[in-house]
Amino acid sequence: MNTAATTPNSAAKQSSGVPVIEMIGVSKWYTPEFQVLDSCSTSVQKGEVVVVCGPSGSGKSTLIKCVNALEPFQQGDIFVEGVKVNDRATDLPKLRSRIGMVFQNFELFPHLTIMENLTLAQRKVLKRGKDEADAKARKLLQRVGLSDQAPKYPGQLSGGQQQRVAIARALAMDPVAMLFDEPTSALDPEMVSEVLDVMVELAREGMTMMVVTHEMGFARKVADRVIFMDLGAIVEDVPTEDFFGSPRSERAQLFLSKILSH
Amino acid sequence: MFSNFDFQVIIDALPYLFLEGMVFTLKLTLLAALFGTILGTILALMRLSGVWPLPQIAGTYVNFVRSLPLLLVIFWFFFLVPFIAQKIVGSPRPIPIDPFLTALITFSLFEAAYFSEIMRAGIQSLPKGQVAAGYALGLSYPQVMRRIVLPQAFRNMLPVLLTQTIVLFQDTSLVYVLSLNDFLGIAGKIGQRDGRLTEMYLFVALVYFLISFAASQAVRRLQVHTAIIR
Repeated sequence: MNTAATTPNSAAKQSSGVPVIEMIGVSKWYTPEFQVLDSCSTSVQKGEVVVVCGPSGSGKSTLIKCVNALEPFQQGDIFVEGVKVNDRATDLPKLRSRIGMVFQNFELFPHLTIMENLTLAQRKVLKRGKDEADAKARKLLQRVGLSDQAPKYPGQLSGGQQQRVAIARALAMDPVAMLFDEPTSALDPEMVSEVLDVMVELAREGMTMMVVTHEMGFARKVADRVIFMDLGAIVEDVPTEDFFGSPRSERAQLFLSKILSH
Repeated sequence: MFSNFDFQVIIDALPYLFLEGMVFTLKLTLLAALFGTILGTILALMRLSGVWPLPQIAGTYVNFVRSLPLLLVIFWFFFLVPFIAQKIVGSPRPIPIDPFLTALITFSLFEAAYFSEIMRAGIQSLPKGQVAAGYALGLSYPQVMRRIVLPQAFRNMLPVLLTQTIVLFQDTSLVYVLSLNDFLGIAGKIGQRDGRLTEMYLFVALVYFLISFAASQAVRRLQVHTAIIR
């Protein structure tokens, strides 16, 4: 497969090698009349941070959920490190374990402690021993500033803390890329920054990230590229400076004027 | 009004009533609840699997069983299974099956239909994101079910499962039609022998009431305790 030719817009950080995520003409229909994704193509290089934005219902969340096959799609191909996601022969659990995902509603497992939330998949999927998994979990909890919360249950934590735990849980799998699906949308305003701080730090450390968000400040600060979606299609896929400087499409201009005017 | 009642009959029968009758009743209740829950969980998973023809099979089973009177099913099993077993084994005579086993199998199969609906509700009540989060971490379907979905569904539904078990506890008295020695059966037999049915049935009613009432109060307390904070 020729990766360079299919993604003319991508400003690759590292031009060499296979992109971490590569989407080619992805289309999805809920019903024959209702199309949610309209031939979306893009790619994310190693270490790149790509922000996906757009009005609600534009298909942003659906698009990133296609990357780890949480959402099926009918047309096109997605490759993660060269492995085809939409191939029946692909070992999906293995592929998914290599991509971290953070959800809008955290989705920590409420019946497990914070520690167990972080170690469950390490042990069951990566087959790590208890000591190794625990050590990894502790290290990551410390990193997101929640060392003292290990024995608690998710319900005892604030939204911001829960989302930081969710990020740590995803990182515990040593993913090659992280997907964020509106990670701050369900948070009280005063908790948004503590989550964004963790994400900024992660981006600066060189994590490959695809982030669906309305936090334009975050996009400006760390994104290499911004993808703007509308009506299921990728309307713009440009370097961050270009997007905020002079978005080419009218729809993106309108979106930005609405979102940045406050 | 109780002047011509003879409560001595009850006192004399207490050891037999409880050590034999109540033990039988409780054993049948708890084992049937256990097997009913296991089978019911399997039925619920089949029903939600979306893999043809599993939902159809489970759905048909549940609807079929729920449309039959329990008493009829008990009769069926008791009188038909020996003949079926005879056919299968090819023995010259109907094969008698241990009455306790008959009762246990009947109740387990019957309760499974009810428990499966409870478990199905419990599974469906979980946010869809929980399953997605499990998959996103690389867990397989069985792992997601076993580690994430079922523990939460089971815990959420525990009060309902226990309430259904209390109903089962009362329903086990139906085995008296097979003249098995459950609590009610024994009380009936003693009452008949001594001509003291009124006293016996009053006492039996009181005991069933006390146990069921105490159990449902306990369930209510448990409900507060086990609720998972979200």
